[in-house]
Amino acid sequence: MARKFTPKVLTANDLLEGDVIYMTADGQWVRDHASAELIEDETIADMRMLTAQGQQDHIVGPYLADAKAGPNGPEPTHFREEFRTRGPSNYYHGKQADTSKESANV
Amino acid sequence: MYKYSDFDEAFVRERCAQFRGQVERRIDGSLTEEEFRPLRLMNGLYLQLHAYMLRIAVPYGTLRSDQMRQFAHIADTWDKGYGHFTTRQNIQFNWPKLKDVPDILDALADVQMHAIQTSGNTIRNTTVDHFAGAAADEIADPRPTAELIRQWSTDHPEFQFLPRKFKIAVGAAKHDRAVLRAHDVAVELVEEDGQPGYRIFVGGGLGRTPMIGQVVRDFLPKADLLPYLEAIVSTYNLLGRRDNKYKARIKITVFENGLDTFRDLAEAEFARIRDGFSGVDQDVLADLERQFALPAFKNADPSALSAAVAVDPTLAAWVARNTNPHKVETHASVTISLKEHGKTPGDASSEQMRVMADLADAYGYGELRVSHEQNIIMPHVAKADLPAVFTALAKVGLATANAGLTSDIIACPGMDYCALATARSIPVAEKIALRVQELGLEQEIGLMKIKISGCINACGHHHVGHIGILGLDRAGVENYQITLGGDGTENAAIGQRTGPGFAYDEVVPAVERLLKTYLEKRETAEETFLDAYRRLGADPFKEALYGDAKKNAA
Repeated sequence: MARKFTPKVLTANDLLEGDVIYMTADGQWVRDHASAELIEDETIADMRMLTAQGQQDHIVGPYLADAKAGPNGPEPTHFREEFRTRGPSNYYHGKQADTSKESANV
Repeated sequence: MYKYSDFDEAFVRERCAQFRGQVERRIDGSLTEEEFRPLRLMNGLYLQLHAYMLRIAVPYGTLRSDQMRQFAHIADTWDKGYGHFTTRQNIQFNWPKLKDVPDILDALADVQMHAIQTSGNTIRNTTVDHFAGAAADEIADPRPTAELIRQWSTDHPEFQFLPRKFKIAVGAAKHDRAVLRAHDVAVELVEEDGQPGYRIFVGGGLGRTPMIGQVVRDFLPKADLLPYLEAIVSTYNLLGRRDNKYKARIKITVFENGLDTFRDLAEAEFARIRDGFSGVDQDVLADLERQFALPAFKNADPSALSAAVAVDPTLAAWVARNTNPHKVETHASVTISLKEHGKTPGDASSEQMRVMADLADAYGYGELRVSHEQNIIMPHVAKADLPAVFTALAKVGLATANAGLTSDIIACPGMDYCALATARSIPVAEKIALRVQELGLEQEIGLMKIKISGCINACGHHHVGHIGILGLDRAGVENYQITLGGDGTENAAIGQRTGPGFAYDEVVPAVERLLKTYLEKRETAEETFLDAYRRLGADPFKEALYGDAKKNAA
């Protein structure tokens, strides 16, 4: 029997900037994990992946990452994905240093 | 030092122009990522965890001051004001934007540099002893040989699609400072009956299946180097496994076929192709040896140093730790530590890069080196100038007197940057360095090589660390395995795993217990950690890590 599907977000890197991006429920790419769509159905996950694979003229390496529901939106469950929402730990660089909190479309 | 020929210049400029076109076609959608990826990797451009990363070749770690200054310019113009020096004597920039990379490559070409073959299944940057050309104990400068290998291997049509990446190192002293035996092929300059030649090692490597390189030819006449290397790489190219990337390195090829079989095949190929090398390579090498002629050393009285050291204990400590004997008595090689306690190993800010470049011009004949231990070397400094160099370095946080000590840690970028990493390395290194500084034990501990990798690929050389630390993902949590007794020198050894790993917060206390156990158990202050480990075996250290109860279970 297939393994039970666990909730996911769809993530990739932006082609021009290289920055981590996430897909929202209305199919936009944003930089904030909490604004991503929490996908709880495997069929929808497959469809979103197909959509992303067709958008590789401006994104790179889309994949589905485990996530869970949180008070402000989806939260990562694995430390790697948590680091991707923030940036490196040795310098205040990357997303953690991005003061413009608006969910910039890419 | 070597300067580009017209051929080099034209070749690099052409590659820059090609890559500019490739980036344009990727951005306008003409190239898919699948098509673009191998092209960008051929030019050192990776996509990492948070951003692109550009890896730039520093051939055999040798840099001119203007090249270091150009790194500072690149860091300020297109990156975040710093660069990261690596265990392969290269530099990496962690935050370039895709559209800017062609401009960065042009800026590199302006100072005779590039990022070609810093990735992909090709022959990578040839590394050498970082004291090459300066060390009192070398038999000759290994860099002309390394440059000959660079010219032969760059864009070599037969070796652009090897089963896997291929790393060559060159050394010229009995004391191996270039980790020769951990390379796919290593070349050691030797003499036999007064004739110059090479000892050739094959099949070393770290990573998932660490192996110590073995001697495939004990003495190879100097003139036979390129045909012999070509025979080895050709043999590997045919025999190496392409069905499984974890078994594709030459260490596995040699292991699975046996050294004797591999040698027989390589020697047969060597016999077949040797006459095809007409001797042009030896003309090139002779010319390179002229280009690498040492600078005209100034004749400065070193007694000024003795006077300065007598009244300044911090200078004295730095001179004692961070200088290496030079072949000219009035000079020394300086290790500029990129390991200030609590800072990222191998990182230098643009300001620090400019200071190093200026010091190289003022006191170092314009030369710098990158060491595989992620420090910068000034190969030739008059002893009389050491106080001035020290003072200038101290102003920008570059005078930490810790070369070869506990805080002189090698650490890969780990999961702070690298897409392949399974755990973080940098903060572990930072915390160990801070703790040992807090304890004030560093000088007492003496020679100690701690090496940290954030995944099994072992870019942080953890297998050859006296204390090796490997970060893994265990059920979604960072976990760190400790190995002991590794050695990257001529007495090369792979460290042995102590037992179960440690959680992120437990690593620093675990290392502290190892260090204190060593201090308790050593026979004399001259007995290093590694010597003590070899004498005592793993048991007392396992007990320190796990306690009596767990010793047997581990």
